[in-house]
Amino acid sequence: MNEASMIGMLSTTISFGALLYLACIGELISEKAGVLNLGVEGMMALGAVTGFLVALNTENPWLALLVAMIVTAAFASIHGIFTVVLGAEQVVSGLSLTFLGLGLSAFFGKSAVGNPPGAILSNVDWGPLSDIPWVGPILFQQSPMVYFAFLVGLLTSFLLTRTSIGLALRGAGESASTVDTAGHSVVKIRLAAVATGGALAGASGAYLTLSITTSWQDGAAAGRGWIAVALVIFGAWKPGRAAIGALLFGGLLALKTRLQTFGVDFSPILLSMIPYLLTIGVLIIISIRARHRPSASPAEIGKVYRREER
Amino acid sequence: MTSESPLAIELVDVWKRFPGVVANAGATLSVKKGTIHAVLGENGAGKSTLMNILSGVYRPDEGQVRINGEQHWFHSPSDALASGIGMVHQEFRLVPSFTVAENIVLGASEKIIRRSLIEKEVEQIAQQFGLVIDPTRPVWQLSMGERQRVEILKTLWRKAQILILDEPTAVLTPAEADELGNVLRKIAEDGRTVVFISHKLHEVTAFCDEATVLRGGKTVASTLKVEEVNESDLAGLMVGSSPMISERPPYQEPGEAMLTIEGLGTLDDRFLPAVKNLNLTIKSGEIVGIAGVSGNGQREMAQAIAGLRPITSGKVTISGKDLTNAPPSERFTAGLGYVPEDRLGVGLAPRLTVTENAILRCYKSLRKSIFLVSEQAVNYCKEIIDRFGVRTGPIDEPIAGLSGGNLQRLLVGRELSGNPKVVLAAQPTRGLDVQGVKAIQDLLIDERAEGVAVLLISEDLDELLTLSDRLLVMHEGEIVKEFDPANAHRHEIGAAMAGKRDES
Repeated sequence: MNEASMIGMLSTTISFGALLYLACIGELISEKAGVLNLGVEGMMALGAVTGFLVALNTENPWLALLVAMIVTAAFASIHGIFTVVLGAEQVVSGLSLTFLGLGLSAFFGKSAVGNPPGAILSNVDWGPLSDIPWVGPILFQQSPMVYFAFLVGLLTSFLLTRTSIGLALRGAGESASTVDTAGHSVVKIRLAAVATGGALAGASGAYLTLSITTSWQDGAAAGRGWIAVALVIFGAWKPGRAAIGALLFGGLLALKTRLQTFGVDFSPILLSMIPYLLTIGVLIIISIRARHRPSASPAEIGKVYRREER
Repeated sequence: MTSESPLAIELVDVWKRFPGVVANAGATLSVKKGTIHAVLGENGAGKSTLMNILSGVYRPDEGQVRINGEQHWFHSPSDALASGIGMVHQEFRLVPSFTVAENIVLGASEKIIRRSLIEKEVEQIAQQFGLVIDPTRPVWQLSMGERQRVEILKTLWRKAQILILDEPTAVLTPAEADELGNVLRKIAEDGRTVVFISHKLHEVTAFCDEATVLRGGKTVASTLKVEEVNESDLAGLMVGSSPMISERPPYQEPGEAMLTIEGLGTLDDRFLPAVKNLNLTIKSGEIVGIAGVSGNGQREMAQAIAGLRPITSGKVTISGKDLTNAPPSERFTAGLGYVPEDRLGVGLAPRLTVTENAILRCYKSLRKSIFLVSEQAVNYCKEIIDRFGVRTGPIDEPIAGLSGGNLQRLLVGRELSGNPKVVLAAQPTRGLDVQGVKAIQDLLIDERAEGVAVLLISEDLDELLTLSDRLLVMHEGEIVKEFDPANAHRHEIGAAMAGKRDES
């Protein structure tokens, strides 16, 4: 392993980490409000194809990103309406969203397979910073989405802990009836959270096709949506911890494609299981700790809230 | 406070109907500013509905709500809060994983939360009224008493001028209850008004200035000066008299002892003693009634006998068989029929079908194949339906759609079809319509005629006086007095319910 491949790997770790982190923060917001959305994989795929197609037709990567976010927010709202308004089972509805998203993206993306990109999100120019050895290529030769992802994480952390909207959002996931009595609309909060989660999953998908792969092919999401869902648990529903997890899982994804170049004899299939094994480990720790204190997971996640009537 | 104090709350002729129930039928309430006012009544008397109307949870069908002389129509609790009315519900509305301060600020209008500022404000209010609490602690670490303080602080922080507390002492230890009394007094002295819902008489006389008594959704006594009445009067007003439908069964000589309870002790949900050293024998062909203000251990006693609550001391035997530590199923086979207070939930499973509910007690013996619902089960269910006159839809559909009366017939029918030797009926007629009440009472009378021993726990004094052969009064987990229902005086029973002991 030489210096260049090491730098390459760390740089990829950051970009894959940011990709996972964006989708993870979206899912975190949704889950904090009490709605589990297992449709991340589908939303990511839909965001990826939408971004790619819009870029192909308009040659404007920023417009492509924006449209991808709006489309996936609307797509996620299907889940929101089913689960929050109509009271459908969140797991079933979320899984349907994954399959629907994968199907739709394959259908609409068919014509775009093999096309060169219409536009890409080019790396941010940090001037002399990007010339610093090691640090430059790793931190300052990245897609704007990397900085966007970690900015979103910071903002989310602030929103959840320091604002009344964030307090109400967390409350909606912990004790919906309390939030309702306090005068907030649980339905509105949850719908907004699900749509925001969709927008961020879409942004993550668009990032994939506009910056990382710069092409579209069926199955582009490649299970990364699922890793984002696991990452929420791994990060114990905290944006800060999730960032560390995102870099760790991003590193594993980066390693997977480089195992052979590094000449390591370890199955990449086994390697791709590691995020899930780690998540299960964290889940066990969370469960053990939950015997003495409230669980890290939102208490009313997955529960339909209906105002009690006599 | 003098009688010239202006009125803070006026509820005039309030009606509220729910499907099948009239919760408030012309209730009125007048509360003077700066006083602690008790609203008294048994379960189902309409106290909670009336308070929910006052705090904006429900809208009245008819009637007026006047606050400080001004008429209001509240559309939501936040509406009421904006007019200065804060309610402390019996079930706390708190987010366990949030801190005290976060819970207090939840729902406030500030966009950005300045934690230290809020914590300081909360501390200040807490000190003023003697509500000791650390605003930075998460609520899950707090005791029930402390959580209640958070609820009170929540209303005070939002500048509520009127505080409604729904049975606030139900979750408190006696020491915490006394402390609450002091806090409420300080709040009233600050010029605010406190409405205190309760059915614990001694607290009313200890904490409150005035009292209003509700029964059957109506106000039966309003603005009584607490210092001018005693607990027996209040108890009498609460139970009152309702039209009695079934007739007193003819006298019959009781047979041998069927249910024997010796030195029974059990704990309540907070692990405090609920029943203390209780002795009771019920003979064949006898109905023994248990009277008492609710919350004096009746519920826990019934659950302990039925096997749903661990017995901490004493012995329960049914026709000679020791069942103290037996599971509920063994008690059923030994001849105990149990009609629990919570019809849906404990007695019947709302989502199971009529047949499944009917065979819950004996599905093992009915089962002939691997299938749960067999022809035998269906026949068994149909027998119960015919014999007890249950009106149902298709028997393979969930029971949730049945009316209260028919649910109770199904439940009682199931418990009686095991040919019990002892029937334990807790509030069997509560909430039923006239026909339902009569049907259930007649069933109990029939069982008595067939030599079954019946233990009847009820809040309806007339029901107890008519059906019982002996009437026992329970107070704070003990039987304080026995009456002969034929010669009992209502006010004497009221006095016993308030804790006056048998002198002999």
